[in-house]
Amino acid sequence: MIAIADYGVGNLASVRKAFHAVGHEAELVRDVSRLRSARAIVLPGVGHFGHCSREFHRYGLGPAVSDARSRGVPLLGICVGMQLFFEGSEEADDAPGLGLLAGTVRKMRGVPRLPQIGWNEVRVSGGHPWLAAADGWYYFVHSYAAEPDAGVTLGTVDYGGERAAIVGTEGLLGVQFHPEKSGPSGLRLLDAWARAVS
Amino acid sequence: MTVAKRVIACLDVRAGKVVKSVRFVDTKDIGDAIELARRYNEEGVDELLFLDINASHERRRTAVELASRVADELFIPFTVGGGIASADAAGEILRTGADKVAVNSAAVRDPSLLTAIAERYGSQACVLSMDVRRSGATFEVVVDGGRVPTGRDAVAWAKEGCARGAGEILLNSIDRDGTKLGFDLEMTRAIAEVVDVPVIASGGASSAEDFVTLFRQTPADAGLAASIFHYRELTIPHVKATIAAAGIRVRPTEAFVRR
Repeated sequence: MIAIADYGVGNLASVRKAFHAVGHEAELVRDVSRLRSARAIVLPGVGHFGHCSREFHRYGLGPAVSDARSRGVPLLGICVGMQLFFEGSEEADDAPGLGLLAGTVRKMRGVPRLPQIGWNEVRVSGGHPWLAAADGWYYFVHSYAAEPDAGVTLGTVDYGGERAAIVGTEGLLGVQFHPEKSGPSGLRLLDAWARAVS
Repeated sequence: MTVAKRVIACLDVRAGKVVKSVRFVDTKDIGDAIELARRYNEEGVDELLFLDINASHERRRTAVELASRVADELFIPFTVGGGIASADAAGEILRTGADKVAVNSAAVRDPSLLTAIAERYGSQACVLSMDVRRSGATFEVVVDGGRVPTGRDAVAWAKEGCARGAGEILLNSIDRDGTKLGFDLEMTRAIAEVVDVPVIASGGASSAEDFVTLFRQTPADAGLAASIFHYRELTIPHVKATIAAAGIRVRPTEAFVRR
């Protein structure tokens, strides 16, 4: 089972619906013990990093996700869910991330507008088994962007300069955009991930 | 580089049916919201708007249910508006699968509504929908489905709306609605040049060239049309291709395949 971590944040139903549309079962999971038995975990998130971090930890999901990571359970982070993979965000100094990826999250500077809202083109720059043919147009809504350490960025988007759009490492992938709202390219990405982790 | 210009389709819904209007009156049935939503999702529209234009208290429940069923068809951003008068009502809409809510008359009566929605759900989820008509050399805000003039200056209201939390403006030209005279470029410029948020121009589009003109001559981020898309007088792929051929950055359409 693909578990979508349900900590009350994000457009969870849309994520589940998108997996279903490409033929994959995915369930919203709030219960920590069920999360521990998941074959793969999606970490969604939208809005304020501090709010997401606090709710995520309030539901006690931190240890379950970190444990899943150490057991090699595939992870996919979406938007603020992806940002939670890092150590923290400038948006909320007092709210920790999971520290699964090296780097931090900072407010975008020198951009046309904040937030970036709309469709933009992503170019895959790094190799990852889950990212075949992931170049394409995706839907973004964010003011903060990950600034990963070397080697973590797998895809970029040009929004007043190159920004990290896809990050990851072996067994873990994070996307700044919303694949569940990105039409055919988004569904392809979710399908490719779900097939790879099956 | 910035985001692509957007082409948006709008479902004006009344009593569960998609309707067409000219200058906000003379509405008639066009068709089924679910079927249209499915078609637009497959044709590559960038976003879909659902406006229950005559939402009354007793019809709200039906409208919310229909919006939810429309959301089920979509894998693109979805905005719902019509009769939303509280942050709680906005929350109910967002939980049904919408990404943003559009507020109009209720925000004019009580602008703190914008702040309440933005604080709870973020500015990106809070769209200020403005129905505007020309009034001499200026532009006037009209409420209640184009029936009640307010005497308020549209430019001033747009600025205030953004200051209070709106993250996007949907600018509906009453004079151009359903007329096929093209977007009101002057009105769009007047608003889009003074606010920092994206502006969606609505009303009057009849050709792909109208979208090109809009993006060339104003800072609008998006162009919206309704019945010309519903009737297939104009298709989304044709509009997108025409915009791209004019050298304007737009998301290319591609076939939508559901397994």
